[in-house]
Amino acid sequence: MSQEAASIRSYLAVFAALMVLLGATVGASLLDLGFLALPVAMAIASVKAFLVAAIFMHLRQSSSLIRLIACAGLFWLGIMLMLTMSDILTRV
Amino acid sequence: MQTEHTDILEVQFEDVEQQRSTSALGMWIFLCTEIMFFGGLFLAYCEYRHLHPESFAAASSRLDWMLGSINTAILLTSSLTAALAVRAATLRSAGTMRFFLGATIVLGVAFLTIKGFEYHTDYQEGLIPGASFTYSASQPAVQPREVEMFFMLYFIMTGVHAFHMIVGIVAFFILISKSLRNTLTVQTVENTGLYWHFVDVLWIFLFPLLYLVGHH
Repeated sequence: MSQEAASIRSYLAVFAALMVLLGATVGASLLDLGFLALPVAMAIASVKAFLVAAIFMHLRQSSSLIRLIACAGLFWLGIMLMLTMSDILTRV
Repeated sequence: MQTEHTDILEVQFEDVEQQRSTSALGMWIFLCTEIMFFGGLFLAYCEYRHLHPESFAAASSRLDWMLGSINTAILLTSSLTAALAVRAATLRSAGTMRFFLGATIVLGVAFLTIKGFEYHTDYQEGLIPGASFTYSASQPAVQPREVEMFFMLYFIMTGVHAFHMIVGIVAFFILISKSLRNTLTVQTVENTGLYWHFVDVLWIFLFPLLYLVGHH
């Protein structure tokens, strides 16, 4: 087996972190953060997604080719979101 | 569960390691197409939320954020059990793997059941977009047509997400059945696990964008 079976401890640590971050995102939404609410919520979601991808989806131990594919998906998503929103956000 | 030395090596591969990494690569490319598929929906959401912020906040506060939070916790837990099932498969312990696959299925069904109750409440409150959509705005800045657009996005995004979960649950049943017939390979378990985690990541973004926008 090339891939070391990840320890249960790291899975449980990630799970605990995900639950804490879920509490954080709900807690932050109950405060009135105004224009900061969306960036805070998306930052917390990104950390959660990163933890799931890195540990549960084994990206941490994956080959650089697979990491490149995962980043490529995000890169093209970024192009689509940024080019479109740069139009929407700058309309007079 | 097949033991290591009987892992079937297809003719086009040099060795089991190459076969395994090729299979993972293919799965990640599929997940990229899924990112683009959902990306369009997220883009539509961003645009309409930017155009109608007050209506989106008012519409979002009609959703039950408590049920949404419980469902998020259930789905995160199911990702843990799926990861433990993949680990058990890697360690060749078929019984443990089937136990965690079963737990993942139970959690997935629990998520869909709660979602079903939410849809039912939305239906009773007349929030399904279409001819029977009923919404009376309490503030002048909130337009019923814009609220309807939020619910259009809400039902399409959560609906497609729920459909992906149903596919995942069926896939886990197939894994259990294959495991009982000794025709299951570790790659298949790993790839199905990747799919389930991806569906989890989608929900991680859907939850704050749909449930936590307005005052609640």
